[in-house]
Amino acid sequence: MPVSIRIPTQLRSLTANESEITVSANTVGEALRELDQSHPGIGERIFDETGKVRRFVNVFLSDEDVRFLGGLETPVTDGQVISIVPAVAGG
Amino acid sequence: MIGQELRCRECSRLFPLEALAVCDFCFGPLEVVYDYEAISALDLTARIENGPRSIWRYRDLLPVQDDDPVDLGAGFTPLVKAVRLGRELGLDDLWIKNDTLNPTGSFKDRVVSVALTAARHLGFKVAACASTGNLANSVAAHAAHIGMDSVVFIPKDLETPKILGTAIYGGNVVAIDGNYDDVNRLCTELAAEMPDWAFVNVNIRTYYAEGSKTLAFEIAEQLGWKAPDHVVVPIASGSQLTKVHKGFGELHKVGLIGEKHVKISGAQAAGCSPVATAFQDGTDFIRPVKPDTIAKSLAIGNPADGWYALEVVKNTGGSIEAVSDDEILEGIELLASTEGIFAETAGGVTIATLRKLAARGAFEPGEQVVALVTGHGLKTLDCLSGRVSVSTVIDPSLESFRKSIQAGEIVFSNPPDTR
Repeated sequence: MPVSIRIPTQLRSLTANESEITVSANTVGEALRELDQSHPGIGERIFDETGKVRRFVNVFLSDEDVRFLGGLETPVTDGQVISIVPAVAGG
Repeated sequence: MIGQELRCRECSRLFPLEALAVCDFCFGPLEVVYDYEAISALDLTARIENGPRSIWRYRDLLPVQDDDPVDLGAGFTPLVKAVRLGRELGLDDLWIKNDTLNPTGSFKDRVVSVALTAARHLGFKVAACASTGNLANSVAAHAAHIGMDSVVFIPKDLETPKILGTAIYGGNVVAIDGNYDDVNRLCTELAAEMPDWAFVNVNIRTYYAEGSKTLAFEIAEQLGWKAPDHVVVPIASGSQLTKVHKGFGELHKVGLIGEKHVKISGAQAAGCSPVATAFQDGTDFIRPVKPDTIAKSLAIGNPADGWYALEVVKNTGGSIEAVSDDEILEGIELLASTEGIFAETAGGVTIATLRKLAARGAFEPGEQVVALVTGHGLKTLDCLSGRVSVSTVIDPSLESFRKSIQAGEIVFSNPPDTR
């Protein structure tokens, strides 16, 4: 189902400056991999060599950190928004 | 600027010395790269000792040099030998870095003074931040001092003194219906939309965080240019702890102190202890939490530098403890009644942690220990209501006073005949 992904400025060079990209997916992980398919290069920026989300990348689904949900396996429903947000901020 | 460029702490990519906080490639934090050789060649002792009685005496080791910095007088706070508290805890060489005595009552004045000085150089027009309260106070005050507009973002349930103590400076205070981590995420997204806003702890965090090194610089200078054996630091984002460690390392690098292994220990509130939990579990994965503690200034459930703080504590042989809300309040009372220093809840976390560490023998006999007390008690007065109050209420007559003494309402810890 269609979900939109909000793209942080650091990745917009890979999305022709688009701040939001819509993909079709059933889970958060699928959506991010789909984003990498349509915009090659994004994957290596948000996933480390072992395929885990990088330490300094936070992923939110409808404003909730996915680590409080089911991580990358969290199911997504129609029209939800995924945000990729740099973790280095605050304090 | 003596800082030359920025380097990603994760992947080592280099960036120009601009308004960048996050690595474009891997999202790792950027660090200022200094030319320590050039700095060592300066007559540092004289430059520091002849400098102002503020953090700016250490300007050679800060990321921005300015003859007229954004300065309300942050830093150079007292390092107090804590004989009575030490006796209470069984520590014979205990010191309190009393950072309650900063212009707006917390250590945040150090980082904000550096951040806004850098922000002005970098051409920003508005001062902003995501804050648990102390940072909001400080950003609003420093912005007022230089006539810069400010917009600070806070969780809406903050302590009243922190809200009023920010609003009084005349800037904008935006209360968010959410916790600090929500505020932080919003500000991270906003920073991308507002190119001329300096979110001090977001888009200029690289510069901002360096201000905390001055805690280490001062402690070493105040001890006669030597580092202590052990430092206890509260952990919110983990940035302060990491930078205190970096500060001692830099002093050695530029020849101001000898080589010294400084143990760094961390203090968290049990109601928000992601770093303490990772330390106790022996993992290096910091699992975010939803904070629930009276120590609101430390209530960061998703700490940006948690991983680095954990690494510093482990590498230096320190420890991390988490303390309950009751222990925090006891810590505030203990520090006040033994040393005459009134700390906010975060200081209670430090003192309660110090007590816990001392009780389980985490300090070697004779170790010189410094505990950081980073915010003033008047900021979190509410938490003490019901715990302390007047001793008695009497009529204005000698008779009433004598009765009150006889009734034991006036209490002395030293018997009258020994005074």
